[in-house]
Amino acid sequence: MSRSDSDIANSIPSFDRAGEHHHEVGLSGMTGLSSGAAIRNGRDALVIALVAVALIAGLQFWIEVSGTKSYIFPKPTAIGQALYDNFDLFWPHILSTLQVLAVGYAIGSAVGLVLAATITQMPFVEKIITPYILLLVTTPMIALVPLLSSQLGYDSLSPRIIVVALASGPMVMINAATGFRRTDLGKIALAKSYGASTIQIFTKIRFPLALPMIIVGLLVGAIFGLLTAVGAEMVGSSEGLGNRLVYYSSRVQMDNFFAIIVILAVIGITDYVIFYWIGKKWASWEA
Amino acid sequence: MCLNFHNWCILLQPITNPIQNPRSYFMPDSGTQRPLVTIDHATKVYKTGSGAVHALEDLSLSIDQGEFTCILGPSGCGKSTLLWAMSGLHPLTSGAITLGGSPVTAPPRQLGMIFQDANLLPWKNLWENILFPFEIRKQDSEPFHDRIRKLLDLTGLTGFETKMPRELSGGMQQRASIVRCLGFDPDVILMDEPFGALDAFTRDEMNLLIQKIWMDTGKTIIFVTHNVTEAIFLADRVVVLSPRPGRLSHIFPIDIPRPRTIDQTFERPFIEQVLEIKATIERGHPAEPVATSAQEGVTA
Repeated sequence: MSRSDSDIANSIPSFDRAGEHHHEVGLSGMTGLSSGAAIRNGRDALVIALVAVALIAGLQFWIEVSGTKSYIFPKPTAIGQALYDNFDLFWPHILSTLQVLAVGYAIGSAVGLVLAATITQMPFVEKIITPYILLLVTTPMIALVPLLSSQLGYDSLSPRIIVVALASGPMVMINAATGFRRTDLGKIALAKSYGASTIQIFTKIRFPLALPMIIVGLLVGAIFGLLTAVGAEMVGSSEGLGNRLVYYSSRVQMDNFFAIIVILAVIGITDYVIFYWIGKKWASWEA
Repeated sequence: MCLNFHNWCILLQPITNPIQNPRSYFMPDSGTQRPLVTIDHATKVYKTGSGAVHALEDLSLSIDQGEFTCILGPSGCGKSTLLWAMSGLHPLTSGAITLGGSPVTAPPRQLGMIFQDANLLPWKNLWENILFPFEIRKQDSEPFHDRIRKLLDLTGLTGFETKMPRELSGGMQQRASIVRCLGFDPDVILMDEPFGALDAFTRDEMNLLIQKIWMDTGKTIIFVTHNVTEAIFLADRVVVLSPRPGRLSHIFPIDIPRPRTIDQTFERPFIEQVLEIKATIERGHPAEPVATSAQEGVTA
């Protein structure tokens, strides 16, 4: 019996997932940021690194040859130099942006998660609230920054924290709600047949079932939060990486300008990588 | 798969102590047989948008300890409704169900359910899934580990404990759900068309497994199916329900000695019994739907 079962498990490819890689992250389909392919060996990694180096070297070479002015597009080496030389100048702004992002995102995603978990249990309330959530998702929250800044102060962190929370919260909520709406009546009946309480059904069935979508929501929310934080700093703030973008471009210091863009890219990719690993660890059961 | 099926037949041939009447075997002190489950005038009406649907109408039945009862009927005859009412998950509109003398209002601890879908939790591995009832009941599973390991061995799942559900075939998943149910040692097992979604070979294999488990453990099993052959193969008594509203149509005692084999289901006495039960179902419902469900019974 077990012999032939292990034969089944080993011979039919769909049961043996060790050799496959397209479903290692449940998030790739949602975000489109990853092909889902895992780096499987040293040779793969080498090829990927070589392509990246070739792209940067190609850019450098093209700028040299075409004689593109450094105030239009600085050479990668110049950007690297600026990043190295002026990092001390950038650092307070990095901290400011990260602080805004962390606080705003924490508030927004916490409220979004709690709202998603509760309103999906109350279909009528959900119908009432959903239009406003959609409004928050589709309206650019940056529009509120001038208003909030005039009320709360141009130097204050709070206008930016508020818009980051308003941008990331609904994103987390709308995705988490999709997850919480995936009720598997069979599994709930199973838990009930063992005498599960409402709380147990939530913690043991509904929440784990929703977790992959919650992680997607947290990822999308984090990226939306970053975009909104930078936008808010560009519009109405005396500090932060967004403010530096405006500052350096107005002074035609394009090496510094691109150095800031590189820093923003690193923050964004770090967001992604964090949730990639969370997803891999906690939601890898879902294809 | 075919090889697998023959293995099972061979496995079942040399049973050392063929139990002809497990009820008396497992209950040596059952001189005064008392029913374990009673269903008293069970009626269930579902209120839907287009009016009330009578699923069950005044159905009374009692089931003895250690008995294997199959509830058979065409689709929509209320057989699942009856089972879910017995489980305490869905209340009846009127009537009462008792288990061991006390009325069933919430899912009783000594009762286990096996569904058509294996319902393994995809985020838990096989072993964690089997311990899920203990997790919900906040009960120490340690004393049951030996029992569960034996069950895994019996169901051929030893060595798969750390596999995730989607790494297992449909038959293996359903066997895991059987282990999960038997693991906490319930007295009564309710099975709601558990093998309806499996292919015919796997289904034969599972029926042999259920027969073996029943003979080994003497559990009271109530098994809902729309497959006549499966019902006769497994049951002490086949309870036939009429089409909606579900009423008790007829009870057929099945006297074929155990262990029964799949080959027997192709022999004359067995087929005659199939035809008799089919005819009963059809008399109560001469329209086409029954003809299809009866054909399924013969071909499966």
